[in-house]
Amino acid sequence: MINLETPKKFRMLVDQAHQVARQIFRPNSRRYDRAEHLYPRELDMLGALLDGMNAGGGGGEGAGAAGVRRSAARSDEGNRNSSNLSTVLGTMELCWGDVGFLLTMPRQGLGNSAIASVATDEQLERFKGKWAAMAITEPGCGSDSAAIRTTARLDGDHYVLNGEKIYVTAGDRADLVVVWATLDRNLGRAAIKSFVVEKGTPGFDLVRLEHKLGIRASDTAAFVLNDVRVPRENLLGDPEINVDKGFAGVMQTFDNTRPLVAAMAVGLARACLEETRKLLEQAGIELDDDAPAFAQHAAASECRRLESEYEAARLLTLQAAWMADNRKPNSLQASMAKAKAGRSCVEIALRCVELAGPLGYAEGEGGHGLLEKWARDAKILDIFEGTQQIQQLIVARRLLGKTSAELK
Amino acid sequence: MAFRSTAMGLGLRAVNRIGGSALVDRLGLRKPAEKALYHGSRLGFRGADTLARGLKATQKLLKPARLPHQAAQGLFDLTPTDEQQMLRDAAAAYAAEQLRPAAQAADATAAAPTEVLAGIDDLGIAAMSIPEALGGVGAERSAVTHALIAEALAHGDMGLAVAGLAPSAVSTALVLWGDEAQQSQYLPAFAAGQGPVAALAICEPQPLFDSLTLRTRVRRTADGFVLDGVKSLVPRADRAELLIVAAALEDAGPSLFLVEAAGADLRYAAEPAMGLRAASTMRVEFDGVKLPASALLGAGDPIVYRECIRLARLGWCALAVGTAQAALDYLIPYVNERQAFGEPISHRQSVAFAVANIGIETEGMRLATWRAASRAEQGLDFARATAIARRLCADKGMQIGSEAVQLLGGHGFVKEHPVERWYRDLRAAAVMEGVVLI
Repeated sequence: MINLETPKKFRMLVDQAHQVARQIFRPNSRRYDRAEHLYPRELDMLGALLDGMNAGGGGGEGAGAAGVRRSAARSDEGNRNSSNLSTVLGTMELCWGDVGFLLTMPRQGLGNSAIASVATDEQLERFKGKWAAMAITEPGCGSDSAAIRTTARLDGDHYVLNGEKIYVTAGDRADLVVVWATLDRNLGRAAIKSFVVEKGTPGFDLVRLEHKLGIRASDTAAFVLNDVRVPRENLLGDPEINVDKGFAGVMQTFDNTRPLVAAMAVGLARACLEETRKLLEQAGIELDDDAPAFAQHAAASECRRLESEYEAARLLTLQAAWMADNRKPNSLQASMAKAKAGRSCVEIALRCVELAGPLGYAEGEGGHGLLEKWARDAKILDIFEGTQQIQQLIVARRLLGKTSAELK
Repeated sequence: MAFRSTAMGLGLRAVNRIGGSALVDRLGLRKPAEKALYHGSRLGFRGADTLARGLKATQKLLKPARLPHQAAQGLFDLTPTDEQQMLRDAAAAYAAEQLRPAAQAADATAAAPTEVLAGIDDLGIAAMSIPEALGGVGAERSAVTHALIAEALAHGDMGLAVAGLAPSAVSTALVLWGDEAQQSQYLPAFAAGQGPVAALAICEPQPLFDSLTLRTRVRRTADGFVLDGVKSLVPRADRAELLIVAAALEDAGPSLFLVEAAGADLRYAAEPAMGLRAASTMRVEFDGVKLPASALLGAGDPIVYRECIRLARLGWCALAVGTAQAALDYLIPYVNERQAFGEPISHRQSVAFAVANIGIETEGMRLATWRAASRAEQGLDFARATAIARRLCADKGMQIGSEAVQLLGGHGFVKEHPVERWYRDLRAAAVMEGVVLI
């Protein structure tokens, strides 16, 4: 039966996440936006709390990054609302609070999602309780991840990694970094594998932290890899180079993580809309559900338009996660959600600053004073985990039935 | 009549396709969807004389018969029920086999072929939402089912879908808001299949038209009401036996009134529009039309009127979703086959990204519409969800229509392809009020 309301069984989880966002994230938002690179100590306890939420969900539901793992066995054929859905719902709430904090929640890195998505049970057990960052981008390649130059060479029981990685979210604070490297640059995408590198491994050096437009509470690191020796059992997924299967192994992560990033955008967009509506109401401008757009104040009408963009993004995100929960292939829907949520959150945040005027543009400690920060934070959500353009490319290829060689 | 048999066959084929068992086994007809399809097909044998029957009070109710709200399952779910899928498949098959081929001629002549409309009626859409006590087969409030059917029919052609669905808006309104006398008087005729032509008239010929501020007025008299005003864009109005007309009641604000055409001295004028031409839109003038006291629907309750406005907007949303999907489905093979500069134009990002965005926005429109419809049928507040769906479908639907013509270039501008018609039809999703109800 078609129903698009938040599942009853996740209401408590959503409420808990909302309390965290409201009582811990929001009051600290401005402080760590100003003090870039200062570690938010307040978050230590939260990692544990999220671990608890993950463990306590009963049917494998959780709000953390590991919630994207797709269980191998399914006994029943009925409709399933499980960890993918609860994870995006939790992420939306937390990012209503602060996207930067979510990105630097202990043990909630995108690397954790990658491990959860493709690791064997043995690996999952071995990396349990660790905080994992994700390293894909290099100085010479971003969206074109097939062009990465970091190499991995098998030497006895170890892979030896060499190269350079940038834009590693939580790279400084994480315990592990999932590094993408190629086993053979002549074999293209199929040779690209992901390796779990423990911090402190000789030759794995952090060279700098970036200064950024937004999400300043989250550290963004650059690494060099100089003959870094990684145990061969740290390769995630299939070690064989299967040219037919191509990129499928490492790319599978994205089907799970793109709805998560979309959820971040949805949460941030809701924060902007709520604060803006409050301001409009204070100014005596109410949104009317039944009056036509042109019979309302222009600001009210614009606010409703933004809400419609938000709702489309939110529902597309829930759809992608729901499909993952029900083991339906969701690459198309994951990219649709990411594309729509990424661009909508930027548009909404920037428009809300405009609607709020000087109150929205000026820095403040909370409420509408965070609008300018959210507008800065928003932009990364249309870039990382696949830019707007990459998502459109994926959606277009899927709809048109084109290969990456035909539609470049 | 050969055509009617085809339409009937479609319904039966759908039953067979789902059931996979011998038809006789299915005639236990446990589920409303099967009943609805069977209902339509059974009437297919009765011949044309049923069309001419009048509206008579044939059954008496002691209290209004309403359909219960859907019980919420508590889980997020995007899978239609088996019944919904069956009705949707039947509607989609009819849309592809009958509506699409008939669309261009119907657009050109601004008239829907009677047999095509009879085929839509055979799908059992009206009967599905009429309670069994009134001769229908409805068991529960089914806004989502209505939305799925409207979407599927509009994939064939929006104008024909509007012409075919318009009467069921009146029967649905009577189920939702009619009192026992109104229901007894009118609903059995709708439930019997091949029901009367009817229309829900809300629009008025005004700039910035606001359905909450009506110029059409009703004044109370000793024994009823007097109606004055002009309604705009009413489908097949001159053939309608029964209209529901929105008018401002002097002491109660905008309200809905049942107007029987026979003997009412209504004046009609053809009002062909940019699109929806197959629905033969007309202007209707009411000049001192006397109505009995029983004409007021929903006792003038302002909530009833607002609900009507919302459910109609969702109907237009569903129609826009189906039309946008039709555009996407048409574009994909076109841009893949059309060559320019030595390769398919779909190999260019500016073309491919436009297709991607049409896909993304169509899906967003669909989900927003489904959400509002599912809230409605569960008895939840759906005002905001409707406002959002309306806005999304008005904005994105039109963008999609415009982009679709653009991607076909000159071919998009000529009538050899259906895309220019979709461009004209999609503008309606922002303009129209009333006419269809989910």
